[in-house]
Amino acid sequence: MPRRLSSTSPVNDSLNPSSPSSPGKSGIAVKAPSKTNRLTQFFSTSPRAKVEPQTARAALQTASGANPPISSASLSLPTISLSTATADKSDMNEPPTTLFQPPSPEEARRLAKQHAQFGPIGHPSHRYTSRHPGGPFPEPVMDEPPYYYLITTYISYLILIAFGHVRDFFGKRFREENYRHLKPRNGYAALNSDFDNFYVRRLKLRINDCFERPVTGVPGRNITLIDRATDDHNKNFYLTGTTTDTLNLSSYNYLGFAQSEGPCADITEECIRKYGITPVSTRAEVGTQDLHVELEELVATFVDKQSSMVFSMGFGTNANVFPALVGKGDLLISDELNHASIRFGARLSGASIAMFKHNDMHDLEAKLREAISQGQPRTHRPWKKILVVVEGLYSMEGSMCNLPGLIALKKRYKFYLFVDEAHSVGAIGPRGRGVCDYFGIDTKEVDILMGTLTKSFGANGGYIAADKVMIDKLKATNSGMYYGESTSPAVIAQIISALRLIKGELIPGQGEERLQRLAFNSRYLRLGLKRLGFIVYGHDDSPIIPVLLFNPAKMPAFSHEMLKRKISVVIVGYPATPLVSSRARFCVSAAHTKEDLDRILTACDEIGNILQLKFSTGVAGGGTPMNEDMAPPPEKEIQWQQKRNLRIVPPRWRIEDVIRRGVQDVKSPLY
Amino acid sequence: MDIQETQRLLSEYLQELANLFHRVPGSAIFLRYVRSSYQNDPIRSAVELFLFLFAVRYLLAPKYSTKPGVVQLSEDEIDDLVDEWTPEPLVGKPTPLEEMEVEKRPVIAGPVGPKSKLSNGRTVMNLGSYNFYNFNTNESIKEKAIQTLRNYGVGPCGPRGFYGTQDVHMKTEADVASYLGTASCIMYSQAFSTISSVIPAFSKRGDIIVADRGVNFAIRKGIQISRSIVRWYDHNDMEDLERVLAKITKEQARKPLTRRFIITEGLFESYGDMSDLPKIIELKLKYKFRLILDESWSFGVLGRTGRGITEHQNVDAAEVDMIVGSLAGPLVAGGGFCAGSEEIVHHQRISAAAYTFSAALPALLSTTASATINILQNSPETISHLRDLTKAMWAQLDPRSDWVRCTSALENPILILVLKPEVVAAKRLSPEDQQFVLQDVVDECLANGVLITRLKCLDDNFEPKQKVPAALKVCVTIGLTKKEIEKSGTIIRHAITKVLSRRK
Repeated sequence: MPRRLSSTSPVNDSLNPSSPSSPGKSGIAVKAPSKTNRLTQFFSTSPRAKVEPQTARAALQTASGANPPISSASLSLPTISLSTATADKSDMNEPPTTLFQPPSPEEARRLAKQHAQFGPIGHPSHRYTSRHPGGPFPEPVMDEPPYYYLITTYISYLILIAFGHVRDFFGKRFREENYRHLKPRNGYAALNSDFDNFYVRRLKLRINDCFERPVTGVPGRNITLIDRATDDHNKNFYLTGTTTDTLNLSSYNYLGFAQSEGPCADITEECIRKYGITPVSTRAEVGTQDLHVELEELVATFVDKQSSMVFSMGFGTNANVFPALVGKGDLLISDELNHASIRFGARLSGASIAMFKHNDMHDLEAKLREAISQGQPRTHRPWKKILVVVEGLYSMEGSMCNLPGLIALKKRYKFYLFVDEAHSVGAIGPRGRGVCDYFGIDTKEVDILMGTLTKSFGANGGYIAADKVMIDKLKATNSGMYYGESTSPAVIAQIISALRLIKGELIPGQGEERLQRLAFNSRYLRLGLKRLGFIVYGHDDSPIIPVLLFNPAKMPAFSHEMLKRKISVVIVGYPATPLVSSRARFCVSAAHTKEDLDRILTACDEIGNILQLKFSTGVAGGGTPMNEDMAPPPEKEIQWQQKRNLRIVPPRWRIEDVIRRGVQDVKSPLY
Repeated sequence: MDIQETQRLLSEYLQELANLFHRVPGSAIFLRYVRSSYQNDPIRSAVELFLFLFAVRYLLAPKYSTKPGVVQLSEDEIDDLVDEWTPEPLVGKPTPLEEMEVEKRPVIAGPVGPKSKLSNGRTVMNLGSYNFYNFNTNESIKEKAIQTLRNYGVGPCGPRGFYGTQDVHMKTEADVASYLGTASCIMYSQAFSTISSVIPAFSKRGDIIVADRGVNFAIRKGIQISRSIVRWYDHNDMEDLERVLAKITKEQARKPLTRRFIITEGLFESYGDMSDLPKIIELKLKYKFRLILDESWSFGVLGRTGRGITEHQNVDAAEVDMIVGSLAGPLVAGGGFCAGSEEIVHHQRISAAAYTFSAALPALLSTTASATINILQNSPETISHLRDLTKAMWAQLDPRSDWVRCTSALENPILILVLKPEVVAAKRLSPEDQQFVLQDVVDECLANGVLITRLKCLDDNFEPKQKVPAALKVCVTIGLTKKEIEKSGTIIRHAITKVLSRRK
């Protein structure tokens, strides 16, 4: 059970009502309010003390009146403001208010189901607008643990490998039947080689129960795991027949559109009734329906490009587009951490491939200068064209591409830019339009925008958006159009309704709420984890939060401990990450409430103590503020401290303090 | 300062140096070693000294680039080159053929059924979709999909490895495996991406692939990305296959054993004909190759209950190492699958790119596949009805037309119609001309209320280039009556005659 903590202060979380985060549509408007607020913070002894409950409540009511919340429940519960004013005191399991008769049993069941998919917002202050605050894009600070942990990590792997070999040595002699498939048999070579299989057999098998966990139902705020057990050390699993409801930190459900009810599901149902299940053809043959045309127009306007095309699989979108873009005599420069689908497509294209260090603009520039000045290898003919491929948001690192830096280089070196927004579209930017929106950069600066419809929109598939002339040509040269099955109407209906919601055409305000809650949740959880002392990678606004574990044995331990606390997380280790930096990856969703995040933080705090995961040295932020009143922004904390020649103190906050100060600091305009 | 003074200083200096040297730990060992080796073998010491000096020189030598042909340029020169360089446009201008291709794609307004409404408002008989059994308008299947939607939402929001494996996926995999009669099955989220990931999951650099020259685009991409050694045999030529296999076995006899695969299709995408599976199985067993069989077009079509070519030709599905198929065609669901032994399936779950790195299939498509498989299994009459209609359509086209012939197998509900070689020769039609002519036929059919399509093929960059002849594609569906099928067959035949006789 997650530990609930009572705090001493009577009023929590309420922000100064005079400084609501302004979700204005105009560019970067953060400077001005930031200054004023900084001043108020300077001159007030405690900004929280000044806020009177009355004003807070009044502000709340106006706010909730202006924006109808996503879950109808909140509308019918006018006392919700009271419950949030004491959010930290109340027990999670108690109903949110006492001034209110509990709803009828069926109503309660319906609400419970709805809230399991999308939690109602606890307090209107739990919102934030994801936007680049201006100024140069900060280089991500990579924190490192003490050497002790690095050395033990290597030793752990050595032990695992040594044990593996010993077991193989005896196994091959005494349990020959288990190794038969790794040896040539009756003149057939082994299907997979002994060496390649070693990792799977001796390392991955040990933690297999943390992968491919079967689930059922909607992967929303909660996810239902189907329990399974093993009798032969993870070789085979059998289902035990029970299920476990867990808090879902694993799905790419950024905007919480994974729902089986609500407007999206209703529109999808109607669409299935009208259109059937699939178009039963490829796009090039007769698989184009009016729905596809509509969706392509909608996607194009959403990402602000002239034209777009949509495919039924995100992986396939990348795998098939590169041969249509580049070929022999062209150079493709790819970020070293780009997704497998990009590598797959790049290999098929026949173009030369170069790589640059992750997000390192200096390295990219050096590579570009070398490529352009030296030309093609051996012949020294100039490259026909150079395509730089980056991702908007990197799924294992949580880092964001340095788009302003790329655009500056693009102007100088005349390469073409391909941005894969698989994770970033919908997830970041004040209007959810991805990295360009986040940085306030015109999408015309990027030649090709690719994205998936799987993640933020809760559907499936991918898109390519570009100028009309390009798309017209690509429609005739892209193999996905020719051979890939056309997207199913049900999937399209889900995407269209999700896009409309985000744009505010359907139920105005709801899309905005989702975007802002996601931005708030991402920052809140990240800041909390940093303050607790975890090493967290990635950009502060990114909803992907990797928590570094290092030692291989901590991967399954972390996963099991989280599962015990009814939280499902993804753990990733070698080969998806470098050998030492095994990690747990949290994917935050707009469907999570602040209470969910506090539950996660509490769980992490406990597990962090048990597993010794609090390594951070404080260089990446999360340190203790100078005094109670002034919280330096985590991103600028280093400069702050350097300016004052302060020693960087490893942050090890108490969980009570993290939760108490979280809402206030996460939205600090200085941030 | 005389010479003795100098000598004295020198010896003192040397003495000090020697003392210093003796103080270094291990110096005694070194001295003893040099002394003894010198006594025994002075040349050896000289060689050792030489080696030592060489090592010192090597370590101190300036580093040089291993890349050949790098021209050293100054920063200014590079700047000039950067200014000078003008790249080609990212994508070129479309060719006339490509323009026509995109422009002529029909847009269906509303559901895809045996009779579909086009965006221009006309309702036509749809002989272009793979809606053979007309499952797409089946109300019970729709209901089931809606039920799934109301329980699972649309997308699974994650890859299979990370909480994307839903119980419905496991069920559909089990359903497909038991339907085919294999031990196990793995599902991918797009049919086209399936085999191009299955092949490189098993066949690596240095392995050998023997493939039919007529295999489809997806297989070619899979072979290309596997970087294996490829040998091609003539399309559906079993003698040539045997010749190639025998040759490889002979060549590789002395080399270490590598994985060897035969890759072919059940019903060919580009020609519509059927492969001779019993013969291939015989050869594969004889020469000890594994067989990867692409059943994308035969799964759900061939055999008494639609199990595919294995059922049709009475081959045990377990004899085929990997059966790859599509759930997106006549089964009106989505995604592809690979069926085989436990070991084969398990290996793909870790190493097939399109499985591990892609989001899972939407639950409602998965349950649809289970539902349609169930229907096919329980109503063989649906399949025999389709065959009757296919025969009726065939009779209208192949024997009665002077201009085209059908290369498809008789059981294939997709009729691939190519121009007869004498027609091509007489009218001197280049491959591109043929595409334009056939597009005219498609337009003519559409004007008469029948929607068909050309066989759409894309050239790729993989050698040797594949030349797929231009063809028309007519897909039969049981949603139309026999009369309607015959009528539309007549319309197609007349359209072909009209367009081709018009062309001089």
